[in-house]
Amino acid sequence: MANPYQSEAARILAVRRETAVDRTFRIACALRPAPGQFVEVSLPGVGEAPISVSGLGDGWLELTLRKVGCLTGALFQLGVGDQLQVRGPYGHGWPLAAFAGKHLVVAAGGTGLAPVRMLIDRFAAEPAALAGFELLAGFKTPADLLFQEDLARWGRRLRVQATVDKGAPGWTGRVGLITALVPELALPAPAEAAVVVVGPPLMMKFTAVEFLRRGIPEENLWLSFERRMQCGLGKCGHCKIDATYVCLDGPVLNYTQAKRLLD
Amino acid sequence: MGTRLSLQEFDQALAGWGAAGLTAIAPALMPRGGRFSDQEVVGYRPVTRLAEFVLDRKSFFSPKETLFPIRETLFRFRDGAAAEPAAAEGAADDRPRLIFLRPCDRQGFDRLDSIFLRNGPEPDPYYARRRERVKFALIECTAGFDSCFCVSMGTNRVAPEQYALAARFAADAVTLEIRDPELAPALAGLGAPAAFAPEFVRENRLQVRVPPAEQVTPELFADPLWREYSQRCIGCGRCNTSCVTCSCFNMQDVLYDAAGRLGERRRVWTGCHLDGFTAMAGGHEFRKECGDRMRFKTMHKINDFQRRFGQPMCVGCGRCEDVCPEYISFARCVNRLDEVIRKGRPDGESVSK
Repeated sequence: MANPYQSEAARILAVRRETAVDRTFRIACALRPAPGQFVEVSLPGVGEAPISVSGLGDGWLELTLRKVGCLTGALFQLGVGDQLQVRGPYGHGWPLAAFAGKHLVVAAGGTGLAPVRMLIDRFAAEPAALAGFELLAGFKTPADLLFQEDLARWGRRLRVQATVDKGAPGWTGRVGLITALVPELALPAPAEAAVVVVGPPLMMKFTAVEFLRRGIPEENLWLSFERRMQCGLGKCGHCKIDATYVCLDGPVLNYTQAKRLLD
Repeated sequence: MGTRLSLQEFDQALAGWGAAGLTAIAPALMPRGGRFSDQEVVGYRPVTRLAEFVLDRKSFFSPKETLFPIRETLFRFRDGAAAEPAAAEGAADDRPRLIFLRPCDRQGFDRLDSIFLRNGPEPDPYYARRRERVKFALIECTAGFDSCFCVSMGTNRVAPEQYALAARFAADAVTLEIRDPELAPALAGLGAPAAFAPEFVRENRLQVRVPPAEQVTPELFADPLWREYSQRCIGCGRCNTSCVTCSCFNMQDVLYDAAGRLGERRRVWTGCHLDGFTAMAGGHEFRKECGDRMRFKTMHKINDFQRRFGQPMCVGCGRCEDVCPEYISFARCVNRLDEVIRKGRPDGESVSK
């Protein structure tokens, strides 16, 4: 019997510094995750954690990590040529077909931008597939901006608004919570819009409420959940909420389902 | 049709099954496992004689660890990569087993099967390997114990397909119904034919009304009922470890040497009442209050699992209330939830009782 708990070794091809605490690791890997899916990343002797995939190319994929725990702390010690272990991909990603022809709004808070990066890339390369496309990105401070090159590149293809909770000298953009951007959005036909919200739990909760106020139908609103997981296979029990296993049924969930997931 | 054996003949049957490669596991005293020094506790362990069986008390631990060990090596690693195929791990546990258990615990294994074999795209290979080699021997249970509520949970009975043999233990004889032909040879020349089909508990002293899943509304999540458990529950997780259906685990990487070159990845039991169960790197955590954990567990055991797998998870064995150091009764909690649903709750009513 194949053992689903065992990983494949993956060599680090490049490490890109995003912020003081965020780095994007490009690893040699044959896995083909769909936008929004995640993988289990591990370092034997340190541990394993679910990490969303932030980029995909020929023979490689990218993982954007924030140094916040044991495993990410150890991963930050690694450089080009070092190996980590990967298994997956797991879960359900973004329902790309459900977005086709719609006005798509992506609202991402902080590292929540990582799990939507492939989604944004997909439609930035194919803008005709959507009726409209915009990105709202919220960060704590200007120093926390992720994917700055991508934000600039995307800005030429879609409407990108970045906001920070707290400004800094030299920051000319918006200051304020991402929820403040939602009422200002031009949404000609809310019933025909699709919305993606990813970020910390409170940000997702209140941003979703703002979009519902704008008349976005619940079934057109999608979230991606982050949970503690030990297996990614529906066995360890940590990510269960209600009758839903985030690792199997998520991490991307429609709001009609997500609203019932109470903690 | 059954076979009536004398007590000595039952020991001979056990020996016969042992000779055929089956390790018999039954509720028995575990030396020095009790609450106080030098005290014994009833748990499941290999047995060779009827005298080792403890049948007049409920076992403190469930038999789940025979298939889902408290701590289990998944694979070893060397220099940052898996060093040996995981199939080699746990080979010592591959021995075929004959587990003597009551109907509630047999149903408990059905719940474990749902998680380990049917939830997700593939079965858990470690559980599946042991499960394939297990035969279940039903201990006839007609009275239950003080904290049992199997009848309310519908787990007082099992179907004949769910056991390889059923046994009625009396003071002077053991009567068996053999359903698995592989178990028959060990009985050759033993005992006398006797009419036997296992009886089941018909009524428990403790009765639980499980509210229908569709009546458990989101409003109930905020009910004051749960607040009391924040005061009483200390989050020790004994209810989780004693439960035959609790199947959550943590991963642990353990290094054998200071250089960090050799080690193993293992899984260990955990539970939703324990601190850190939902904690993620970066500080996000859900259900910090013990009352929230009690609600989560209760909903899971009677409601969420039912909607996912078609049967309630709780099998009414009552071990969680036997072991709780704060005397929290799960049965009473479910009954109170049902009461709130049926009667409603006037605004501001206190629930301290």
